[in-house]
Amino acid sequence: MQINRKEFLKKAGIAGASLIAGGVLYSLFKGDDIITAVVESSAQTKWAMLIDVKKCAGKPDCSACMTACHKGHNVPAIDDIRREIKWIWKADFGNVFPEHTSEYMDVAVRSQKVIVACNQCDNPPCVRVCPVGATWKRADGIVMMDHHRCIGCRYCMAACPYGSRSFNWKDPRKILSGNDIRVEYPVRTKGVVEKCNFCAERIDVGEMPLCVEACSEGAILFGNVADPESDIRRALAGKYVLRRKAELGTNPEIYYLV
Amino acid sequence: MLEKILTGKRQYWLLLGCLLVLMVPGLFFYTRQILDGLVITGLSRDVSWGLYISQFTFLVGVAASAVVVVIPYYLHDVKQFGRIVILGEFLAVSAVVMCLLFIFADMGQPFRIFNVLLYPSPHSLMFWDTVALLGYLVLNIIIAWTALSAEYKGIPVPQWTKPLIYLSIPWAISIHTVTAFLYAGLPGRPLWLASILGARFIASAFASGPSLLIILCLIVRKFTAFDPGIAALKSLAKIVVYALVINLFFIALEFFTAYYSGIPSHHHALDYLFFGLDGKSSLVWFMRISIVLGVAGLAGLLLQMKMNNTLLLLISLIAVFLSVWLDKGLGLVVGGFVPTPFETVTEYIPTLPESAIAVSIFAIGFMLLTALYKMVISIRISNGN
Repeated sequence: MQINRKEFLKKAGIAGASLIAGGVLYSLFKGDDIITAVVESSAQTKWAMLIDVKKCAGKPDCSACMTACHKGHNVPAIDDIRREIKWIWKADFGNVFPEHTSEYMDVAVRSQKVIVACNQCDNPPCVRVCPVGATWKRADGIVMMDHHRCIGCRYCMAACPYGSRSFNWKDPRKILSGNDIRVEYPVRTKGVVEKCNFCAERIDVGEMPLCVEACSEGAILFGNVADPESDIRRALAGKYVLRRKAELGTNPEIYYLV
Repeated sequence: MLEKILTGKRQYWLLLGCLLVLMVPGLFFYTRQILDGLVITGLSRDVSWGLYISQFTFLVGVAASAVVVVIPYYLHDVKQFGRIVILGEFLAVSAVVMCLLFIFADMGQPFRIFNVLLYPSPHSLMFWDTVALLGYLVLNIIIAWTALSAEYKGIPVPQWTKPLIYLSIPWAISIHTVTAFLYAGLPGRPLWLASILGARFIASAFASGPSLLIILCLIVRKFTAFDPGIAALKSLAKIVVYALVINLFFIALEFFTAYYSGIPSHHHALDYLFFGLDGKSSLVWFMRISIVLGVAGLAGLLLQMKMNNTLLLLISLIAVFLSVWLDKGLGLVVGGFVPTPFETVTEYIPTLPESAIAVSIFAIGFMLLTALYKMVISIRISNGN
C-alpha cells in the first residue's frame, strides 16, 4: 500500500485526536468518585465548628490556634500580606460580618478580632469550579485539597466568597527552615492552592483539630452536627449564631456565637 | 501552501523580525516564572487573576472576527464578504491560540495542564471553556484551510465543509457565553454575578473582533497588492456600530441596577472602577477613557458613513478596539476582585515581567497571524486576485 506524507499526517492526526477524545470520554463516564462523594454526603458524620467570639476576644493577644495550625501543617510565615499563606487567622468583626455592623457600633466592638478559616461549606463553590477535581468534598463534609493534582489555575480562589484560600506564589520550602518542618504533614510545592482542611488527617485517627486542642479558652467547639446528641448540636440548638454570608447558599459549617 | 510563508519581500521579514524581538524578553521572564513561580507577577491573595486572565477573556472576544463575516456570507449570501471570510477565520485562529497561551502562562503548575483532560470535570465551567475553545480552533483551522486549498487548486470548496461552517456559528456564540459563565456563576463576586454578562460578552466581542479585522484588512490593502474590498469593510463597520451601541447600552444597564437599587455590594466594584473606593483609584482613568473612547468611536463610525473617509474609519475602529480592551481586558477581571471578601480594597498593578510575558504572547499570536495572512495573500495574488 502506498501512502504519501500528507495522507500519513492526516491519518496520524485523526488517530491521535480520537485517542485523546476517547480517553476524555472514558474518564468522563467511568463514574467520577468526586461527584459521588458530594452526592452521598448525607452521611452519619458532618463535621462543624462553633467559635465563641466573646471567649476569643477576651484574649486579644492570643495566637495559640494559629501557631498550632500553621506549625502543624508546615504553613510558611510570609510577611508580605499580598502573598501570605494562612489557614486560620484573625480579622476584625466589622470585616468578617459587615452585614451585622452598624455605624453606631463602638470601634472597640467593630474591631474585635474574630477567628476565620475555610468554612468547609456544604455546597462549596470551590469544588464546583475546580477543573481537575483537585479540591473535593468528603462524605463527612470536609473540603479537601489534592496538592499533587492542583494545576494552579486559582479558579477556586475566585469562587470562594470568604477569601479562605491561599496560593503558593513562590516555593514554600525556601521559606520554611529545615528544623521546623514537620515530616508528618506534606510540604507544598510552588504554584498550588491550599487552605484549612479541618485537620482531616487528625480526625481520621480520632484526634481533635490542632486549633481546638491549642485553645486554652475552649473557644472552639468541634463536633459532629449530624449527631443530634453531640455537644455542638446542643450548643447550636438554643443559641443565636451567625455564619458568614449564609445568604449565598454555600452553607458554611463554621458557626459564630456572638 | 505552507511554502508561501517561507518566501517574501523584505518588509514581510522585517515585520516577522520585529515580532520576534518583541517576543524575546517575555520568553526570558517566563523561564523566571517557571523557576520562581508567579511571585514575579503583581498578583496577590486578594486579586488572584490579573493581566493574563483578562487578556484571555478579551481575546476570546476577538475570536468573534470569524463569525461576524461567516453569518452574512453564508446565511445572508452577502457576496462582498467572500474576500475576507478566510481572513476573519485566521484572525480567530490566532486569537484562540493566544487565549490558550495566556491560560497556560497563568497556571501555577503548567506542566500539569493535561490533568484537565485526565480528570475531566463537567461541573467546572473551565472544562466547558476548554472544549469550546479547542473546538472553535479546530473548526476554524479546518474550514479556512480547506477553503484556501480549494482556492489554491482552483477548484470549488468541497461541500462537506458546509455543515462545519453552520456548526461554527452557534459554536462561536458558545465561546463567548461559556467564557462569561466562568465569571457569572460565582457567588461573592457581585460585579460578575450578573445575567447580562453573557450578553455583554457577545456584544463586546462583536464590536472588538470585527474592529481588529477591518484594521488588519486596511493594513493589508495599504501594504500588499491584495485588496479585500473597501465596500465589504464598510459593511462590516456597520456590524461594529450595532454591536457597540448594544454594548454601551448594556454597560448603562449595569450602572442603573447598581446605583438605583443602592445595594452596596452591587455598586462597590463600579465605584472602584469609575470613581475610586477607599482612596484606591488606580483604574479610574482607564475606565473613564474606555467609555470616552467607546462613545467617540461610535460618533466617528457614524460620521464616516456620511463622509466616506477611510482615515476616520481607521481611527474610530482603533478607538473602539481600545475601549473594549480597557473594559474587558483590564477592568472586568480586576474589578471583580474588589472589594475583597473582607470588604477591603487591594489593588493590582501588573509587573514588568508579567507585562513582558503578555507582550510576548501577543507577538507569537501576531507572528502566526502574519504568516497565515501572507499565505492567503500570496495565493490570491498568484491566482490573479
